[in-house]
Amino acid sequence: MNGIVPAPIAALPWRVIFILMALVGFGATVLYSAAGGHLEPWAGKHVLRFVALLAMAIAMSRMPLEFWKKTTFPLYLILLVLLVVVELMGFVGGGSRRWINLGFITIQPSELMKPVMVLAAAWFFDRLPPNRIYGVDAIWPLVALLVLPSALVVIQPDFDAAIAYAFGLGVVGFMAGLPLIYFIGAGVSLAVIAPLVYFFGMKAYQQDRVLIFLHPENDPLGTGYHITQSKIAIGSGGIFGKGFGNGTQSHLDYLPEGHTDFVFATMAEEWGIVGGFFILFLYFLLMRWGLTVALQSKTRYGQLVAVGLTCTIFFYIMINLLMVVGLAPVAGIPLPFVSHGGSSMLTMMICVGIIMSIERHPGAKRGQFQ
Amino acid sequence: MKVEKQVTSGQLDFTFTRRAFFIGTVQAAVGLTVAARMSYIAVADNEKYKLLAESNRVNLTIIPPRRGWFIDRFGKPIATNRADFRVDIIPDRLAEKDETINTLAQLLALSTDDVDRIHRELKQAQGFQPVQVAAGLDYERFAAVSVRLPDLPGVSPRQGYSRFYPSGAAVGHLIGYVGTVSAEEYQKNKNPLLITPGFKVGKDGLEKTLEDRLQGKPGAKRTEVTARGKIVRDLATRPDTPGKPVQLTIDIDLHNYAARRLGLESGSVVVFDCLTGDILTMASMPCYDPNSFSDGIGRVEWKMLNSDDHIPMLNKALQGLYPPGSTLKPVAGLAMLRHGVDPEEIVVCGGGYRLGNRVFKCLGRHGPVNMRTAIMKSCNTYFYSMGHRIGYDNIAPVARELGLGQEFTLPFPSQRYGTVPDSAWKMRKYDQKWTESDTLNAVIGQGYIIASPFQLGLMAARISAGLNVQPEILLHKRAAPKPLSFPKEHLDVVRDGMNMVVNGAGTAVRSRLQLENITMAGKTGTAQVRRIEGAQRGQSGAWKYRDHGLFICFAPVAEPRYAAAVVIEHGMGGARAAAPVAKDVLTFLYDRDQAMASLEALEAGWGGNIEQRMATKYAAFQNQPAPPPPLDPTA
Repeated sequence: MNGIVPAPIAALPWRVIFILMALVGFGATVLYSAAGGHLEPWAGKHVLRFVALLAMAIAMSRMPLEFWKKTTFPLYLILLVLLVVVELMGFVGGGSRRWINLGFITIQPSELMKPVMVLAAAWFFDRLPPNRIYGVDAIWPLVALLVLPSALVVIQPDFDAAIAYAFGLGVVGFMAGLPLIYFIGAGVSLAVIAPLVYFFGMKAYQQDRVLIFLHPENDPLGTGYHITQSKIAIGSGGIFGKGFGNGTQSHLDYLPEGHTDFVFATMAEEWGIVGGFFILFLYFLLMRWGLTVALQSKTRYGQLVAVGLTCTIFFYIMINLLMVVGLAPVAGIPLPFVSHGGSSMLTMMICVGIIMSIERHPGAKRGQFQ
Repeated sequence: MKVEKQVTSGQLDFTFTRRAFFIGTVQAAVGLTVAARMSYIAVADNEKYKLLAESNRVNLTIIPPRRGWFIDRFGKPIATNRADFRVDIIPDRLAEKDETINTLAQLLALSTDDVDRIHRELKQAQGFQPVQVAAGLDYERFAAVSVRLPDLPGVSPRQGYSRFYPSGAAVGHLIGYVGTVSAEEYQKNKNPLLITPGFKVGKDGLEKTLEDRLQGKPGAKRTEVTARGKIVRDLATRPDTPGKPVQLTIDIDLHNYAARRLGLESGSVVVFDCLTGDILTMASMPCYDPNSFSDGIGRVEWKMLNSDDHIPMLNKALQGLYPPGSTLKPVAGLAMLRHGVDPEEIVVCGGGYRLGNRVFKCLGRHGPVNMRTAIMKSCNTYFYSMGHRIGYDNIAPVARELGLGQEFTLPFPSQRYGTVPDSAWKMRKYDQKWTESDTLNAVIGQGYIIASPFQLGLMAARISAGLNVQPEILLHKRAAPKPLSFPKEHLDVVRDGMNMVVNGAGTAVRSRLQLENITMAGKTGTAQVRRIEGAQRGQSGAWKYRDHGLFICFAPVAEPRYAAAVVIEHGMGGARAAAPVAKDVLTFLYDRDQAMASLEALEAGWGGNIEQRMATKYAAFQNQPAPPPPLDPTA
């Protein structure tokens, strides 16, 4: 225990920690510049939060896989209750009720539900006998798991969260071996239902957000403003960017949400596509790590959870980046590990922590026990 | 037949691995899509977005161009630009309207009239169009507003230029004035320059017609601003290109003198260079002060202008039409000579001329007169008799050749060109035959014939030099004018007669020039405003029914160089009202001291110069209680 690198430290999953430190460090650099060359109010907090949550993730990684299996369903129920509590007691903020203020921390149950939904789905498929995978028994419990939380977040209204739940469940179901025809059918029915939802299920501001990204020029002062300014920031950055601290779009406040949802544009303005490719490369490493953990896991639960949580992180990355470059509607989804914001980082680090736990406890093949 | 598949966990493991690779592929595809899109935006469209980022960052403020100057024939300024400090309100950004205006009124010591105007203009204003609070401020007041700016949203203090007319009211009708662009003009041409605070366009006179030459090109001030409009720093500024100066044929000293010399009268003075046709003076008084308009005129001043029976808004030199009266006798004389009348032929004036059973009166009993003495004494009988002999259809073409009834291409927004009647004209207009009494009336400049003072001045210029000069207001090189169709002997007879009017025993001997070697020739005219009724001859009674006084003249007699026309509305007689003005104006050309001494003596009696009198009048008008209800005309 008295070596240069103590064994407990050497045993940490340094590969993912380095990836995360690179992302968070680069994110903090961007936030430092966005604040006009100050640690306050974003960069400092960003790093501190990461350090604290990394400690939490490492602690989580010590938990055996059985612990997660056992706590999955209770966690799901607790969050369901919290979602109801949010509906009843939550205060009004940003036009929708999403938070519970516990004094020392604000909890966003709809956010925490995203990884827990993956755990719940994996827990279900782990218990499902393999030969029932093609039957209706493989479907209705999934629907039951999805319906209640989705209904609760849609009331808030937070469609983004509901879509994230469905995405997580879908990925786990896909990986668990559900017939492909389900996914093809879902794709086709989505193509049919989406227009109906658009016209009858959405409020005006949501409709605007959905369609305006196709022609942001038509609404330069409304919701199109975000996308237009984001594209201007990225486009004017060019290959090498304007240089650290020289971004005019972010510094002169033309780019809205430059430290949260549109942090990628803030970054691209100063670092150019070189910076953008660097972030994409780090995400590539992170995804590869997550999928590698899944492939190396010996338990079905571990496999499904690792892929599901990796895809939950991926979902954030995909929606945010497609939005920022003007290929998807504006959604209030931050860029993992780069955007400033506690709630999303908490979710991300929970995902990382559980994947780390699976990496640490690959388990043994089912057959070996039987 | 479909067989129920038996699935083992091994198969599921295999599926899992396969599908994990599929998911990895999808993730990579999304990553590549983002990378490609980003590269496209940042590389292919880089120029476009760089420009957009620049136009975000840089706020262009238009600097209104300075207007071109008006200068006179000797280069003296007639209209210039004065650096000034101004304060405007941008209605869109105004938060607390009444409070803000009250604060400004205190800081800038605004009058209630100004505050009324601001309220009125704010009510009519489009959101984008700045409303002027005050212009021409001194630095102290400007600074007082500037430091309080954070508490006064919507208030915009600026440093700029405003139009300045050193001669004030004297050049109002000649030059016109400038003002802010109206909403309709902006709708037609949505040039942002038009609504830039401090930008003015010509609204009347030469300012309006020469707008294109005078306007110049705007400059731009570049500042770096945040999305909320807060200025971060100033960037490079492009200065404005001032409009080109316009040189007029006017002699501004002479013009100002003539305007001042008109005094309390309502009238006009036009002076021509008879060799070139250059307009040296075109004064019309009373007049508004164009400086008041360029600063935004107050309601009281506007009301005062519109309630004045001397009509300060009308350019009387170009738009006033008057019966020329006896000033037309030299024209009739030329026509008679052309149609064979011997200038030495004697007509005996017994105080009138009988046509049928009607007697056309002369103003006196002149006894035997020939053409020269008839002009000198302004004997109607001679002209009735000779006019009757040749007929008016032979006189009208001469009047037209001398410029009456003609329109000239001059850059003034409107000029009226009167009427030279003849039998065809009357048939066209009234469907009636020309009568002999029409001829007798027209030959002494009454009846249908009307002309502007400008035309009378031109007529005097053409008679004096015998040249077909064309009037011109913009100074430039021109071809020498061609001679008129009259032989010299004819012109000499008429000019002799006009010489004797002033220097012989004529009607204007009291207005002889008090100069060595330089004499003036002229012709008086008195024009009736309404028909003579009984003994009343337009020499008394209400001002607006009194006769107009007219005078045309030229000098020096030996070698004519300058010609002038003076019309005094309701001045009761050419000799009495108009000739003394002409005398002083022509004296000014040769002996300024003598002319100024004469003017200053007169102004002492009138209550000061134009500016002082207008100030007094404005003060009186402002304090005057509401006018009493009009009297019952039947009472």
